[in-house]
Amino acid sequence: MIEIIDAERCTSCDICVNVCPTNVFDKTEGIPVIARQGDCQTCFLCELYCPEDALFVSPFADLPQRVNVVALKQGAAMGSYRRAVGWTDETKALRGIDRSYLLFGH
Amino acid sequence: MTIPSTRAERTSAPAGSVELDADVLVIGGGPAGTWAAVSAAEQGARVVLADKGFCGTSGATAAAGTGVWYIDPDPALREAAMANRENMGGYLQDRRWMARVLERTYDQSNRLADWGYPYPVDDSGKSRRNSLQGPEYMRLMRKRTKQNGVVILDHSPALQLLVDDDGAVAGATGLRRQKHDRWTVRAKAVVIATGGCAFLSKTLGSNVLTGDGYLMAAEAGAELTSMEFSNPYAIAPAFGSVTKTLFYGWATFSYEDGSVVPGAASKGGRSAIARALSQGPVYARLDKADGDVQRHMRASQPNFFLPFDRTGIDPFTDRFPITLRLEGTVRGTGGLRIVDDSCATTVPGLYAAGDAATRELICGGFTGGGSHNAAWAMSSGTWAGQGAAEHARQVGPATRRSLSSVGTVALRSGLERPLAPAELTRAVQDEVFPYELNYFREAGRLGESLQRLDALWIEASRADAATESDVLRARESVAMLATARWMYRSGLVRQESRGMHRRDDFPGQDDRQRHYITAGGLDDVWTSVRPHAATDYAEAAE
Repeated sequence: MIEIIDAERCTSCDICVNVCPTNVFDKTEGIPVIARQGDCQTCFLCELYCPEDALFVSPFADLPQRVNVVALKQGAAMGSYRRAVGWTDETKALRGIDRSYLLFGH
Repeated sequence: MTIPSTRAERTSAPAGSVELDADVLVIGGGPAGTWAAVSAAEQGARVVLADKGFCGTSGATAAAGTGVWYIDPDPALREAAMANRENMGGYLQDRRWMARVLERTYDQSNRLADWGYPYPVDDSGKSRRNSLQGPEYMRLMRKRTKQNGVVILDHSPALQLLVDDDGAVAGATGLRRQKHDRWTVRAKAVVIATGGCAFLSKTLGSNVLTGDGYLMAAEAGAELTSMEFSNPYAIAPAFGSVTKTLFYGWATFSYEDGSVVPGAASKGGRSAIARALSQGPVYARLDKADGDVQRHMRASQPNFFLPFDRTGIDPFTDRFPITLRLEGTVRGTGGLRIVDDSCATTVPGLYAAGDAATRELICGGFTGGGSHNAAWAMSSGTWAGQGAAEHARQVGPATRRSLSSVGTVALRSGLERPLAPAELTRAVQDEVFPYELNYFREAGRLGESLQRLDALWIEASRADAATESDVLRARESVAMLATARWMYRSGLVRQESRGMHRRDDFPGQDDRQRHYITAGGLDDVWTSVRPHAATDYAEAAE
């Protein structure tokens, strides 16, 4: 479930509020808030659409988890999905590397 | 690009809500809905698309990667592709529909390439088009939908359909949940593309898929079919949401003590996993994947690895606990019954596409994977959009018809207190999640479950209208309840095992039941039998 909106990185662009398919976030005067964490379906798409890598979705789908933001930001987890699918300038080349055709029919 | 003058226009809007006039309203903004909207707009129709969430991220495809039933137009390859899964589907497919879906999917996939979808190129230089990355695909489809002049209403779940005096569907109303008001779209035709129903099981991307379209369509008089084929479960890490069953083809499944679960496999051995899970925890390790396969997996499906990378599990060397999450009719084949090549339902003005419609015509009783569903979404979406646009043309210039809303439970004032959506949802999940009820079916257990579901329906139908803040959840819970009743009523009358429908009391396939089961009704759920086309011809020839 979504655990983190990092106030340091968030620019209040509200993209996450718009793109979350299950309407988990609310706009505020400042940065958005996780208003309905229990509705999060752990699809990771808010993370993917966040241009600032300010969001972190914990892989635990059913229970909230305590996460350490400082450690996360020091590691590579925040924004890792976006980089892996080629949705950053540096990783654009990864958009066309789907190798599913080598896996089908197994 | 279509000229903006064909955009739907805003008409008189009562305070606190928005009202639009359109030729075609598409409900649902996943693959089927966006293909429907694009193709209706290409016919010159003014189109509005309303999505419960955000068109581009909503639904089972956007969050995942999916195979696509894309086969080169070589007659031998196409024949093999059609024959390939007939046995698995219980011989309920229809060859004519399979052929036209293969043709349409081929064309539409090639259009995706023209629009800039980054298909991979293999070592021989060939563009490979039998797989789509969900986020990339649906971001592109949203863009194309907007470029075609379609008005997109995001975060705008439909609550009920509108019909004219003749009972023809003529629009819908719903919520704008981030604006805290309502929308009404008056339309000459409506396409239901709301996806299947996965009962809020958190199977990847599916929590927007609660059967809403089935309920709304049934309230307008539409029929469902093949609802007994509604019990696939997908493998996921026990703690996580990412269901990518294909990759578990390289897994070894084991009990707590490390011994291998006999007969367990992602394909053809998932029932052994279900039986083992009813006894205790089951673990997987993808230890059959060599270095190349591991690299291909990482490249093809990065989100598969998020639950592992973020918990420090190496899925190729570590054992991790797994679970099965119900996919319902998202990967089942049941859905709204369509009656002609334009994906019309039995109700005038109402069309169905994607997982909201039955996939029995190309899959019979078993999908076997996402590729057929993806092909069906592209094809049925295109046909439903064209059909709806054509229907709108026939309705002709808008004479302002008087419309009435046909929504029932949770929308009309009743005698008792409003229903409690969370409680009702849990009660429905308690009937559809357990393997001993849904995976492994049997007359006694199905019958008892149906009695409980029918009692829930009676209670819900007497409830008072839901409050504004509860009405979406209330309608979702009612839609799931209705879906469960159609599933089990259909499952009870199919007294055999066929496709994914597995009866403990009828373990074999019965040639006399090579037919379709239609279901419908809300207060009184009914079923009837329709012949399978090929069986029909065979009997006529005798």
